[in-house]
Amino acid sequence: MDKVKQYCTFYVDSSFFGVDVMHVQEIIRFQNMTRVPMADSVIKGLINLRGQIVTAIDLRRRLGLSSRPAEDEPMNVIIKTSDGAVSLLVDEIGDVIEVDEENYEPPPQNLLGKARDLTTGVYKLNEKLLLTLDMNKLLDFSAIKLN
Amino acid sequence: MDEDFEEIIQEFMIESTEGLDQLDRDLVELEQDPESQETIASIFRTVHTIKGTSGFLSFSKLEKVAHAGENLLSLIRDGKLKVHLGIVNTLLSMGDAIREMLDHVAIHKNDGNGDYSSLIEMITYLAEEDEPEASAPAAVVESAAAAEKPKQLAVEETGLPMPVAQPDVVEEADQTPPPALQVAQVETPKPPANTEPDPLSLLESKAKQVAEGNIRVGVGLLDKLMALVGELVLTRNQILQFTASQEDPALIATSQRLNLIATELQEGVMKTRMQPIGNVWNKFPRVVRDLATQCGKKINLVMEGKETELDKTLIEAIKDPLTHIVRNSADHGIELPEVRSASNKPEEGTLLLRAFHEGGKVNIEITDDGGGINHQRIADKAVKLGLLTKEQVENLTEREKTNLLFLPGLSTAEAVTNVSGRGVGMDVVKTNIEKIGGSIDIQSNPGAGTDIKIKIPLTLAIIPALTISGGGERFAIPQVNLLELVRLENKSEIETIQGTPVYRLRGNLLPIVFLDNVLELEASSVNKDNQFLDESVSIVVLQADDHQFGLVVDEINDTEEIVVKPLGKTLKDITCYAGATIMGDGKVALILDVMGIAHSANIINERHEKGIGETEKDLKSAGTERQNMLLIGVGESSRMAIPLSTVARLEEIQVNTLEKAGNRQVVQYRGEILPLIYISDILGDGSHAHNNNDEALKVVVYSENGKSVGLVVDNIHDVVEEEISVQHRMRRNGVIGSAVIQTKVTDLLDVPEIIRSADPSFYSSAGVN
Repeated sequence: MDKVKQYCTFYVDSSFFGVDVMHVQEIIRFQNMTRVPMADSVIKGLINLRGQIVTAIDLRRRLGLSSRPAEDEPMNVIIKTSDGAVSLLVDEIGDVIEVDEENYEPPPQNLLGKARDLTTGVYKLNEKLLLTLDMNKLLDFSAIKLN
Repeated sequence: MDEDFEEIIQEFMIESTEGLDQLDRDLVELEQDPESQETIASIFRTVHTIKGTSGFLSFSKLEKVAHAGENLLSLIRDGKLKVHLGIVNTLLSMGDAIREMLDHVAIHKNDGNGDYSSLIEMITYLAEEDEPEASAPAAVVESAAAAEKPKQLAVEETGLPMPVAQPDVVEEADQTPPPALQVAQVETPKPPANTEPDPLSLLESKAKQVAEGNIRVGVGLLDKLMALVGELVLTRNQILQFTASQEDPALIATSQRLNLIATELQEGVMKTRMQPIGNVWNKFPRVVRDLATQCGKKINLVMEGKETELDKTLIEAIKDPLTHIVRNSADHGIELPEVRSASNKPEEGTLLLRAFHEGGKVNIEITDDGGGINHQRIADKAVKLGLLTKEQVENLTEREKTNLLFLPGLSTAEAVTNVSGRGVGMDVVKTNIEKIGGSIDIQSNPGAGTDIKIKIPLTLAIIPALTISGGGERFAIPQVNLLELVRLENKSEIETIQGTPVYRLRGNLLPIVFLDNVLELEASSVNKDNQFLDESVSIVVLQADDHQFGLVVDEINDTEEIVVKPLGKTLKDITCYAGATIMGDGKVALILDVMGIAHSANIINERHEKGIGETEKDLKSAGTERQNMLLIGVGESSRMAIPLSTVARLEEIQVNTLEKAGNRQVVQYRGEILPLIYISDILGDGSHAHNNNDEALKVVVYSENGKSVGLVVDNIHDVVEEEISVQHRMRRNGVIGSAVIQTKVTDLLDVPEIIRSADPSFYSSAGVN
């Protein structure tokens, strides 16, 4: 029936990723962050989202990509989880894209590293490829689960 | 079934449960003061309401029981029947029966199949006795403690005042009318009622008024309001900070008003969540009464400061621990009447509950004048269970020994019988109280009683905190942990002991912890070794459990009311943080967990900790042995260890004093001939490079059975006390095995074996000497 899924897309280190739009609470621009000493290096800091304290996860580090140039301000993709909201820091926000299951393929064999563990598959779009992220695994370094 | 009915039942349940709690209290009160019209009216009202509603909801069994009770009560109310112990007991069991049925209603929506006919019979029987004096209440009551009570009541029936004063539970005690009036039972106890012909109707209408002035509000709603107020407080903080830099007078005036209103609103909403501690205590009279009856004890429960208020969540949290302590005190603390009179105490034991506010905290004290706690027995028990070593126990003060009760291991069923009964689940009590930021302490005088003190914070949601900065970040420290702030003009005032920084604070050594180090912050200017010795230093002196330590921070900023917000699960593992908060500028700041910091800075660990903490940690190492070992060197590099207990003395012997006896080297030592054994010979570590005449031999003198032998070693390194876990794999001649001592692999010498191989006769009792 609803073969069409919607993905919220964004760019991280020039790769094109997508997260199921149902997981996304909102998208906000760069926020000042409070560093958390001694925390996992993936955790970039804490942001104040209208009085709620949200842990920000650096997606570049999580995916094992090169670090973001200091002058670039990341965007926040706020994800709903069972433990409140979590923010994913991404380079740039794309559109919300409807994809067709027909264009889906599992990640290619030669895709290695963390990117392979954390992606569920690839959608072949007309002009580029969309890697879909496995949110459960993405947040798996902690005990957080999606709603 | 339709939702309306569900809702009605729900309401009925809430109402009745509250009513039953009241009923218990009232009945215990009635027992103390059987003439109190007010109490009787209150009981009657409760039972009447339950009867009416259950009839309406067609819970016929429930209705029947309540109806029988009501009949009995109406006789009492009308003065046709005198209250005696049998009646109180029966009414209490009626309350229990109703509660049982209500529980059934809550789950199954009917009043169950319980058989309450005997209860109803009993109630009816009591109601039919028109001559209360003629009946023997003892026949009805099977309890052991009953014997005294009927006498007391009988006295009262003659119209004399109560022989035993009960100043505690009965607040109206002073208002009890003179005997003459009591018999007449026309006058009401309260003066304003003089104009009112029927005291009951007045009391009832008063109760109604109270009910109309209140509304029931869900706790969920209050929680939400509290959260919103928290947000408001934060926003207010932000606005205040913002307007501080503005000059518009209207804006400043408005923001000041906002400040006041927000503060008042915060106080108001916090008040709605405040409940008197009496709400928890109210069930204690019944608990204590039942326990006392069961054990045949006499206990007078005195409660002071019932009206002391604290946050609802805290009330919930302390309910079980308090009940536990009260039960313990009544059950094990207060002795049997015979024992008490034998030790010149009044037969009736006193259990005092006291609550009061002090220093922004709620203090609760539970004091009994019972047998107290035998601290030595607890200590012995702890040793026996392997929770502590003998030496550790010897260093404890009496109070520390008593507080061993909170050790998890001590709270076994066995401990109940052996250690004066206290200790079941006391560790749980402690954990629960600490969970809400409280503390508990026991003091006990054997023979004179026990005093348990609990301190808990008023509220958890909004706390005053000190903000500090370190490594470019801001942190908040809860004010409760804060002792004082110290500013050193010169960093060199911080001294070091073996690399550990300490500061002499008014003559006492205060361990110093650098915030940057603990949190692994980028080194700030302050602690970069000794580069800036003349720089000033800010120290925040903190209290963690029983320990004080100084936290060196870059800057001390301000105190502020902060709203504690939990951290996400990702950060829960980091023990240094208690949560986070949003500061006036809208940025997030972490709240430091002082206990966590103390732990990660080793302020609290097995070496430093005295008393309880120590033992908890030592539990883990109970399996391995702690020994004093003498570390020696033999040959070029090998390290050996000898148990110090086998060593008599360490000597240096000049090589030129050596003599020969037969084929063995000996030396004159304290008027005896001391044979020498070269360990390197026995172990076959090659030749010993000795006999350099001006050299001194290092000798370990070993004595047994009045015989001595000198073990010649190449070096004597050190004496260490360590846990030794021997690994036997590397066993060879003269060596028991190896162990890791001071992070180095060390061979453990088998001294008897070495001596035997050099002098087979040493251990035979027939040896020459």
